[in-house]
Amino acid sequence: MGWKLDKNRPICPQICEQISVRIASGEFKANERLMSVRELAVEAGVNPNTVQKAFEQLEAKKLIYSVRGCGWFVDTVGSAKETVERLMFDKTAAYVEEMALLGLNLEQVKKYIKEWNE
Amino acid sequence: MSELLTCRNLTKNYGGLVALNNVNLEIKSGKIIGLLGPNGSGKTTLIKILNGLLTPTSGEILINGFRPGVESKKMVSYLPDNSYLNSWMTVEQIVGMFSDFYADFRPELAFEMLGRLGITPKSKLKTLSKGNKEKVCLILVMSRNALLYVLDEPIAGVDPATRDYVISTIINNYNPEASVIISTHLIADIEQVLDEVIFINNGNIVLQKTVDEIREENGKSVDELFREVFKW
Repeated sequence: MGWKLDKNRPICPQICEQISVRIASGEFKANERLMSVRELAVEAGVNPNTVQKAFEQLEAKKLIYSVRGCGWFVDTVGSAKETVERLMFDKTAAYVEEMALLGLNLEQVKKYIKEWNE
Repeated sequence: MSELLTCRNLTKNYGGLVALNNVNLEIKSGKIIGLLGPNGSGKTTLIKILNGLLTPTSGEILINGFRPGVESKKMVSYLPDNSYLNSWMTVEQIVGMFSDFYADFRPELAFEMLGRLGITPKSKLKTLSKGNKEKVCLILVMSRNALLYVLDEPIAGVDPATRDYVISTIINNYNPEASVIISTHLIADIEQVLDEVIFINNGNIVLQKTVDEIREENGKSVDELFREVFKW
């Protein structure tokens, strides 16, 4: 499993996003044990405190839960899907807004996406 | 969280040269901290004072409340920028020496890490490659159960695979009560594992911030900010 991290953005939200995506996609299943903070830190090459913070934020959003002494587990997939949908919406909105600054309306944006895809 | 390291008005002069200029600094426990600065900025001077190898011209430095000395050395595990180990000794003998020297040294952990690298305890230090020698030094330092690990340029001059090994060894042996200070000018390689950075230039502390603060406030990596701050 690879972690793609952008050094220009805070690492913590990126870890949150990528775990959310993996839960929503079904790669991490409900009630399955997640890797430990340290394992994830080593695998992604990031600071363990950052991973701990990310896990706590995901817990607050009910994507994962912790069992004392056992580690972290995936909660229901529903809240992950919601989170990811919100993320997709936000990213799309940011992109469309950026295109609007270049003077493109929605139809033109769609045209460019289509052309790029061909 | 308590202050693990405190510098108050710390100054060091070499003759007329000011190596550290009135440095005030606080480091808490449970952090991985990058001490970043160009060559000659005062990184190694600060580290040597911390380890009692140099005495400050004025001001003081306290490690968990102690001045550098016997008590502080029990708590600080130090990786110098060049090796001081006798090259005719075997890895096993050096591990034995560390066990004698430091009450908090865990030889079983050292042998386990050496084994994973395929370094045989009977081999003499001088027969090892440069990369393996550096790994042995790091293993010795990280095998202590210290409060503060001070690594002076642990990734300078090693290949990318060794660098990854160094980084994962630091993460693997990190414990929440201890802090790790890593001095380097190779920021891009290690910035992802850092909690906090301290920029030092011409003996002055230019900035002390958490890395996510830097990325959030500036929208750029620590490496990029460093290049901006130290531009000439």
